[in-house]
Amino acid sequence: MKQKFDINRFKDNAFKYFGIACTLFGLAVLSVFLINILIEGLGRLNWQFFTSLPSRKPEKAGILICLLGSIWIMFLTALIAVPLGVASGIFLEEYGKKNKFASFIEINISNLAGVPSIIYGLLALEIFVRILGLGKSLLAGSLTLSLLILPIIIVSTREAIKAVPKSIREASYALGATRWQTIWFQVLPAASGGLLTGVILAISRAVGESAPLIVIGALLYITTIPTSPMDDFAVMPIQIFNWLSRPQKGFIENATAAIIVLLLITFMMNGLAIYLRNRWQKKIKW
Amino acid sequence: MVKDNNMGKLHAEKVNVYYGDHHIIKDVNLSIQENTVTAFIGPSGCGKSTFLRLLNRMNDYIENFRKTGDILIDGNDIYDKKVRVEELRKRVGMVFQKPNPFPKTIYENVVYGLRIQGIKDKSKLDKVVEDSLKQVALWNEVKDKLHQSALALSGGQQQRLCIARTIAVEPTIILMDEPASALDPISSAKIEDLISELKEKFTIIIVTHNMQQASRVSDKTAFFYLGELVEYGATDQIFTKPVKELTQNYITGRFG
Ligand SMILES: Nc1ncnc2c1ncn2[C@@H]1O[C@H](COP(=O)(O)OP(=O)(O)OP(=O)(O)O)[C@@H](O)[C@H]1O
Ligand SMILES: [Mg+2]
Repeated sequence: MKQKFDINRFKDNAFKYFGIACTLFGLAVLSVFLINILIEGLGRLNWQFFTSLPSRKPEKAGILICLLGSIWIMFLTALIAVPLGVASGIFLEEYGKKNKFASFIEINISNLAGVPSIIYGLLALEIFVRILGLGKSLLAGSLTLSLLILPIIIVSTREAIKAVPKSIREASYALGATRWQTIWFQVLPAASGGLLTGVILAISRAVGESAPLIVIGALLYITTIPTSPMDDFAVMPIQIFNWLSRPQKGFIENATAAIIVLLLITFMMNGLAIYLRNRWQKKIKW
Repeated sequence: MVKDNNMGKLHAEKVNVYYGDHHIIKDVNLSIQENTVTAFIGPSGCGKSTFLRLLNRMNDYIENFRKTGDILIDGNDIYDKKVRVEELRKRVGMVFQKPNPFPKTIYENVVYGLRIQGIKDKSKLDKVVEDSLKQVALWNEVKDKLHQSALALSGGQQQRLCIARTIAVEPTIILMDEPASALDPISSAKIEDLISELKEKFTIIIVTHNMQQASRVSDKTAFFYLGELVEYGATDQIFTKPVKELTQNYITGRFG
């Protein structure tokens, strides 16, 4: 009896230390990477870097175009994917339960979330760029990324809605509310913390994505600031990729500096997501 | 079906409920008079909640739910195709076992049922809030914090708020499924007092596991067992000289 107890205890401890070791390993790799990037790139981060167009000379080049491109993409993608994704999530969770069609869609959506991003690029190249004739525009890029993050938004919308307790819905129905009123006045407000978190994480994923945009042809040397959704564009990850593939040391430095900016953007968005989640959790205790 | 005066406010005739293959409610006939309190008692799982939720059609969303027989309120079949279930629920309110205020302000909780009817008139809403909260004896405790979260209230206060929210819509029947079972004795006593007062205006049906509570608050008692309505009669009679042996055994605590 005693023997068995000790073995279990040993296993318990062993697993604990193994877990700690794994976590530390991950953290160590991440910090080495971050420190490296900071050492190389921090010196390059100045006003000129943010306000300059691409250039053949690394010390004159800047990220103005691709930073603006990324911001454009962020907003356009959000504009397209958020309403579509949230509406689909609501439909599937609240209306589609008993429906064969809905369960078919449901299976497909979970599968779509696992499709490599480059496949979305190929699909978009055919549909948006060629058939719809949108070219290599910001709009085509945003539509592509919208496709990519749509499954993520749908899944997280459903999770957020599912987390709203049944008792709240029942209370609403019992007072004579329709299904839609219950969703609009009770379920969505109560789910908004989780909903926003999901949306922000999905958009930050879109901002860091490059493969599907390369496929649709966004790998361009652009010297004009994009001012409308139909303009050609470049984005941060593609610029980084581009600079990294050059031999000169100066461009590598530019790339690391741009990586710092991109990381900052994603960290900020993740931070915002965490902040929103905590805020809502504090406000709503079931 | 023709209305006759013995049917009362609410009348159930040969009601059966099935969840898939499970026969949950078996041939229940029951008439409830206006402005009375009726207690549903019976062991756990005997179908009290199921029957209660038939009366405001809360079971409609449950998969595999099926019912036969008729339920009439004021002589009208509430399961008729022409009946809008939202309209029915405005007339038949419900209070749940666990207090379930909306994660909104006290004020918004009370006016929710009116807002969804499109009522916007501020002075009207203010008045309803004050009247409803006074009726549930909550006004003095919360009148200075109407615009604070309802979730900050105690359990007993939350349950009275839920009752206020229900009566704000002016139903004629109020269904209560173990409304005091999650509360401390003092809050529970307050709810009981409240039920006795609300009887003047509403027809109340309450599910309870607490025999003392049933005998204190109700005029009539219905004893359910395994989905059947075993005995239904004046509360005094049920608790002092029940006709059926099963009822006798249950109220004296020999099983349950
Ligand atoms: N959604 C459902 N699907 C299938 N069976 C159900 C469902 N809800 C309840 N039942 C079954 O119906 C029977 C009656 O349940 P009900 O909740 O009405 O009992 P109750 O008398 O209210 O019990 P309690 O006193 O514990 O609340 C139980 O056997 C229960 O398992
Ligand atoms: Mg019950």
